[in-house]
Order: sequence, then structure tokens, then C-alpha cells
Amino acid sequence: MVRQRPHRRLTGSALVLFTAATALTGCGGGEGGATSLTYYIADAAQEDVAARCSTESGGAYTFNIQRLPNNAAGGREQLLRRLAAEDRSMDIVSVDPPFMAEFANAGFLRAFTGPERQEFSDGVLDGPLKQSTFRDTLYSAPLYGNTQLLWYRKSVLQKAGVDPSTGPVTWDQLIEGATRAGVTVAAQGRRNESLMVWVNALVASAGGSILQQGSENVPANEVKAGLDSAAGAAAARIMHELAVSPAAPAGFSTAGEEDSRAAFQAGNGGFMVNWPYVWAAMDAGIEEGSLPANFKDDVGWAAYPRVDAGTESASPSGGLGLSISAFSRKQDLAVEAIRCLANEQSQKEFMISAGNPAALGSVFDDPEIRDKFPMADQIRTGLDAATPRPVSPYYGDVTGAIQTAFHPPDSLSPETTPRAANDLLEAVLSNERLI
Amino acid sequence: MSTTIPAAPPSAPTRTRPQRRRAPVTDRARKERNLGWLLAGPAFIAMVAVTGYPILNAIWLSLFDYRLTDPAGRDFVGLGNYATILTDGLFWKQFGVTSLITVVTVSAELVLGFALAMVMHRALYLRTALRTAILVPYGIITVVSAYAWAYGFSNTYGFVNGLFGLGDYDWFGGTWSALFTVCVAEIWKTTPFMSLLLLAGLAQIPDDYLEAAKVDGATAWQRVKRVILPNMKAAIMVALLFRTLDAFRIFDSIFIMTAGAQGTETLSFLAYRQTISRVMVGLGSAVSVILAILVVLIAVMFVRVFRTDLSQQRGDRK
Repeated sequence: MVRQRPHRRLTGSALVLFTAATALTGCGGGEGGATSLTYYIADAAQEDVAARCSTESGGAYTFNIQRLPNNAAGGREQLLRRLAAEDRSMDIVSVDPPFMAEFANAGFLRAFTGPERQEFSDGVLDGPLKQSTFRDTLYSAPLYGNTQLLWYRKSVLQKAGVDPSTGPVTWDQLIEGATRAGVTVAAQGRRNESLMVWVNALVASAGGSILQQGSENVPANEVKAGLDSAAGAAAARIMHELAVSPAAPAGFSTAGEEDSRAAFQAGNGGFMVNWPYVWAAMDAGIEEGSLPANFKDDVGWAAYPRVDAGTESASPSGGLGLSISAFSRKQDLAVEAIRCLANEQSQKEFMISAGNPAALGSVFDDPEIRDKFPMADQIRTGLDAATPRPVSPYYGDVTGAIQTAFHPPDSLSPETTPRAANDLLEAVLSNERLI
Repeated sequence: MSTTIPAAPPSAPTRTRPQRRRAPVTDRARKERNLGWLLAGPAFIAMVAVTGYPILNAIWLSLFDYRLTDPAGRDFVGLGNYATILTDGLFWKQFGVTSLITVVTVSAELVLGFALAMVMHRALYLRTALRTAILVPYGIITVVSAYAWAYGFSNTYGFVNGLFGLGDYDWFGGTWSALFTVCVAEIWKTTPFMSLLLLAGLAQIPDDYLEAAKVDGATAWQRVKRVILPNMKAAIMVALLFRTLDAFRIFDSIFIMTAGAQGTETLSFLAYRQTISRVMVGLGSAVSVILAILVVLIAVMFVRVFRTDLSQQRGDRK
């Protein structure tokens, strides 16, 4: 039967194709050998540290480095998707602290044991440590801590009539002074995680909190927001006043950290709130020739601005922690690797290469660090006083609602924004409204 | 080719089918039919597996209050998610934004695409180079084109403000200006696709018609209006249908250029935010189902109301 042959051949080809497709999808896991740990990094500088650790381990482990998106929300989404799918190819993941509670609550992260907790929290500054624990369990080994400082151009102080070097300043003084001097106050008005950082710092500095006490352990629809308060109104007022004042840099409602740095470095730059990485970034600008060689001589730093003159500010808290996936098959080896990845030497190297402050207090006493970061003491004080963003298993909803309610900054009103934000946040958590 | 000048009356597309007599199926016909199934079968099964299953799964999930980080708290809520969505002002606002972007971009693309199609059709010299040049934007990945325009409109290093002397005007700082930039990026990127579809329609018009019109003393505008456009109706409708369906699902450009800030979020964004950012899989699936229904409605509207003949593009018109 000649006519039958094409059929058979076709069936055969279909089978071959099917088998090939199955085989191809099957080898997509990339788990590597028994000593290879898949390490999701958020910053390129983590790779150099990992390379050294791998060499030092004498073959005990090697890393398969995977890079997360370079924005906080993108990193969260990727980790969340993979962990929810119980991706067994993940071993060590770099978790932005505010997202840790969400992952831990879902059972995605392996809790560190008692002795491990002791080991990884020994000598860690308060701010970074607080945000690595959830329900009194350590889920992340702090790799670095982060806090924002007030940066200023020394040359504008006299004209502005404010001097942060002599004592704490308030947001109102900054806005007024910058307007007088014809310079800008750069902050992050862009609708992303950086806006959440700003709102949280303002609310906390005014003595309030975005979520009411005890929200950590209740179901989503029972969470109560704390924004409809004097603190919420103060945050909305300051954000609005800065956004509509002449001191707001151009493009204020779309400015992230790097845009803020650009505004600060511009001719009419005056003040800026930003993370310490900007100090190292200015070096790069000087090296490239985009900034004058003596630019840093004009740059000063001070504690984060206050809301009330009499109340200490609650500076923003950030950083990065190393967690172990609950679905990893090499958890013990991962703990072993984290011992190196997050140790003092690694944190120091990371601070020098990426400009991100160490979580261990001892690193700030290192002569090399003190030489490279003249504001080391200010950062260390800031890290101890830093106030984390709300710790919530529903952090994604919280930050999404805040970013919707507090943007654009020039449209905010101390009368209506706090209540609107409060209502939106609670309704979103109760699954009654969309964001 | 049964096309006439002027265009065939609206009743023309409804072809009269010859009365079918039930003839016994021959051996040959049956074997051909079997072979047909054998050839198309694997593709059909693959399609059902990769599209049918997720669609059904999404519909199923949309009936639950289900957060990916809290699988134990999964509750059946029936049509509750749909009620939440349809009673939320945000949905209708984003429906409005999506419709606006769709109407603006598709209209602009139609006019520009038609002009470009005419240029490509009529060009005597450098035809290939011209066509390639026109098609380049369509070959660029949407995300890349969105980045290019985001940089172009940036108030720190963009060329647009410099070109028009706008100083440090922040295009992404206001709703209308941000929507304008998104539309520009979309139009720039997809006009070539529109012109390609229209070019296919133009190529189907026999030169005799245009020559006859010319002999009869028709002006250039009359030739476009009375000869070219009526004969291209089917091609235009197909191009509009494809582009409308695409434009209605716009996501990439907005994600890159504004990340949805300043009220530029569209319905795809709503689905993204609920499903990916909030991991509310149930609510997000419901948004996706609504979006899919809207897309189907648009398609039905084109096919039924405007009588778009999809076979036109395949050239199997009798």
C-alpha cells in the first residue's frame, strides 16, 4: 500500500517533534550539579563577591548567577512568580526587605534556625535587622542596609538661610530656603516604590504609620490603615507644597532616584534626599568628566529632614537581604554560601563597589570605608533610626494603593488625600476596589 | 475579478450558495478529508492545548477570590469579581483611556498608512529601498521603540524639547501630554503594518480602472474617492480590524513610557496590576476575561456590522 506511507511518516514526524519538545522543555530548569547554587542577584556587584566566595570555598559550591530586574517592583514580581510556582531551581534569592514578609507569610522562604539567626544577626545594625525578621523569625541574612540622607550644596546655604550642618532642618525650612535661593529640593515624586519610601518616611517622621499597629497578623480585609490622621495630612501637605513650589525640579512627578541626582548636580541644584549610593555615583560622574573634579567639595550631608522641628525624623529604610528558597534542594549548602556572601569582608567589598552601606556596624569602623565614605557615621546613625516600610503579608497591595493615592504630588491636599488614601488602601485589601 | 466601478452594492458580499445535493462521498474525497485532518490535526490539538486550556482556566479562576501568596484562603465568589470590576470607576476610566488611544492611533495610522501605501505603490525608483525604509519601525520590538521615544521625549536628554525649543517641559508629567507621547510611539511603530495591508489592497485594483477613470476626465481626488477607496474597502476594513484589536490591548509602550502614571493606564494594565503586581489571580483573570470579551465584540462588530470580508486578504475572492 503505497498510500499508507505518507501517513506513517507523518505520524512518525509528529512523534519526533513531540518528543523533542518535551525534551527541550525538560532541560530548561538549569539546576546544574550538586554543588551549584542558583543565586538571584539584584546588583551586579554581588557577582564579584560571589566569584570570590566560590573560589574560597575550594569547590564546595559554585554559583549559577541570575540577574533580577533592576527596579524593585520588577524584582519582586519575578521572585513572586517563580516562588509561587515552587521553582526548585532557585536556591539563594536577594530580597528587598519590604517584600520579605509577603514571601515569608506565603511559605516561600526557609526560616533560619536559632543558631543561624544568632550568627547572621550578630553585629547587624537595628534598621537592617528589624526588616529581616517577620513574626520573630529571621528570613533574610542582611547583606546591606540603606537609609536616605539629606544632601546639600554648601555654596547655596548662605543664600537659602538654612544650614543642615549646624542642626536638624525641617521640610518647610528647606522648601522656603531653596525658593529664596532659587535652587531645587530634589525628592522622588515618581509613581514607583521610591514614592512609597518618601510617603512612609514623612508619615513616620510625623509620628504616624501607614498601617495601624497589629496589622501584621490579621487577614487582609481586617487590616486598618493609619493615614487618616494628622501624620497623613502632614505628609500630603509637604509633598504638595514641594511639588507646586519653585523649588521643585522640572519633571518632579516623574523623578526617581537618578533623576533626583541629575537635578541636584545641575546648576540650580540645592538640596536632595537620596540614598548614599549617590556619593559613589558622583565619583563616576567626575571620572567621566560630566562633573567638575572638585564637585564633591561642595557637597554636604545631614540627617533626613524633619516634619516637626521638635520631633526626630524617621529616615527611610532600604537594603537587601539574602534568603533561601523553601523549595531549594540545597538549603544547607545555601546557608554555607550565605556565611561568605554576607560576611564582613563581602559587605565591605560590596559597599565600596556599589556604594551601598553595610548592615554590619563593624564595617563602618574600617579605615578604608571611613576614607571612602566620609559620611559613614551619619549613615550608621541613620540606619539605627531608619523606619521600615509597613511589614505586611499584603505589601503589594499596600504599596500599590499608596502609589495610586499619593500621586501626582502636586494634586494632593491635606484635607482630602489622607481619607481618600485610607479608604482606597482598606478597600483594596478587602478586594472591593482595583488599583 | 467581479469588482465593478463604482463599488459593488452592500448586498454583494453575501454570496448565494448553490443548493447542495447530498452526493455520496467518494473514496477519494474521504481519503482527502482524512489527510486534511491528519495535516491540520496536530496544529489543531496544539492550539487547543496552548490557547483553549489557559482560556478555560482563566474563566474558572475568575470565579475565585484567590491570592497567589495565600492559596489556602481561596474562596469561590461566583461573579463577585466581575461585580467589583464593573462597579469600580477605575475600570470605566481605563476603558475610556483605552478607547481613546485606540481611536486616535488607528485613525492616524489609517491616514498615514494610506499615504505611505500610495507612495510604495507608485514609486518608480528605489522601490525596494523605499519599502524597506518604511517597514523598519515595524521590525523594531515595541519595548525598544517605547524606550527610544521615552528617551526622545525625556526632559533631560531628549531631542524633542531641543528640536521645538520647549526647554525642560515634562511630557510625562501630565495626562494629555503623556497620552500624546504614547500615541506618537504607537503610530510610529505600527503605521508600516497598516500601510502594508493597504498596499495589498491597492495592488488588487487593476490599472485599467484608473486609466478608464482618467480617460473619463476624473481628477486625482475623484480617482481616489470613486475608484481606489471603494475597491479597497475590504482591505481597509481588514487593516482596521487588525489594528483595532491590537491597539485595544496596548500595554508595552505605556509600561515603558509612564508605567501607568498620570492616568495613562489601559485595560491591559488593569489586568497586569491585579494579576502580576497584586497576585490576585481571581480578580486579574476576571479583568482578562472582560478584556477578551471586549476584543471579541470589536471583532464581531467589524465582521457583522461593517461586513469585513476576511477572505479578502487571502486573495480567494471570486
